[in-house]
Amino acid sequence: MKYLAAIVLALPLVLFVSACGQREEVTRFKQGTYQGKPDTPPYQSAPFNGDKGAWERQLATRAQSQNEYKRTN
Amino acid sequence: MARMKFLCDAERCIECNGCVTACKQEHDIPWGVNRRRVVTINDGVPGERSISVACMHCSDAPCMAVCPVDCFYRDEVGVVLHDKDLCIGCGYCFYACPFGAPQFPQQGAFGVRGKMDKCTFCAGGPEPDGSPAEFAKYGRNRLSEGKLPACAEMCSTKALLAGDGDVIAEIYRNRSTVRAARGTRSGPPWGWDSAYGGGQPAPGGKS
Repeated sequence: MKYLAAIVLALPLVLFVSACGQREEVTRFKQGTYQGKPDTPPYQSAPFNGDKGAWERQLATRAQSQNEYKRTN
Repeated sequence: MARMKFLCDAERCIECNGCVTACKQEHDIPWGVNRRRVVTINDGVPGERSISVACMHCSDAPCMAVCPVDCFYRDEVGVVLHDKDLCIGCGYCFYACPFGAPQFPQQGAFGVRGKMDKCTFCAGGPEPDGSPAEFAKYGRNRLSEGKLPACAEMCSTKALLAGDGDVIAEIYRNRSTVRAARGTRSGPPWGWDSAYGGGQPAPGGKS
């Protein structure tokens, strides 16, 4: 009888505690912080290989091709 | 380096849709998804204006604010990009965007939303630059090749400008000054005369 009472008392306790060992199965998102894969700056890879200055000069030159007043005059 | 921006000169846009075609061609964009489109107001009546619209790469982007999974990021030069592996296709960004930039493929059964797709300023995404994975998910990375977005570089009238905000603002300022200096009739520095010079063609086709 004592054993039965102990089991009856222990069972809810075990079930109650078992939830504590449960691991989180969903990703916890932190609002306002990018959660995806990291990206590299556009000048990091070839052909610029990290030369930010060269990349900026190239883009500045390229941008001026949109200015037809400079192209024609 | 300042922020990368688009600027569309409504006085010059002739609604040729060359920018839309260039974008679709460059990134192999599927049917039904338009990263860029041309919007026309007062279509067919005097005062008609067209403007080419895509993601404006906002400094305080609403899509970033509402994304429940925070898949958006802003890169070093101010281009707003997102991670498609993280996107759940909820469509919140579409509701939040004032320009209707986020696009959703509708190819699945029951018309389910796919991963969001939008203009990347030809800057790819969070995959190795120039890799097949980057092309498949985000399109070509022209920025890493030292090129500007295809839509702007292909624009025949140079209505659409793209690049460093300071540089394109200076180009536009210069253009406006030249227009104003033309001094056509009593015309202000906008309208047909200032954009192209001479008189506006009559409805019959002769000016």
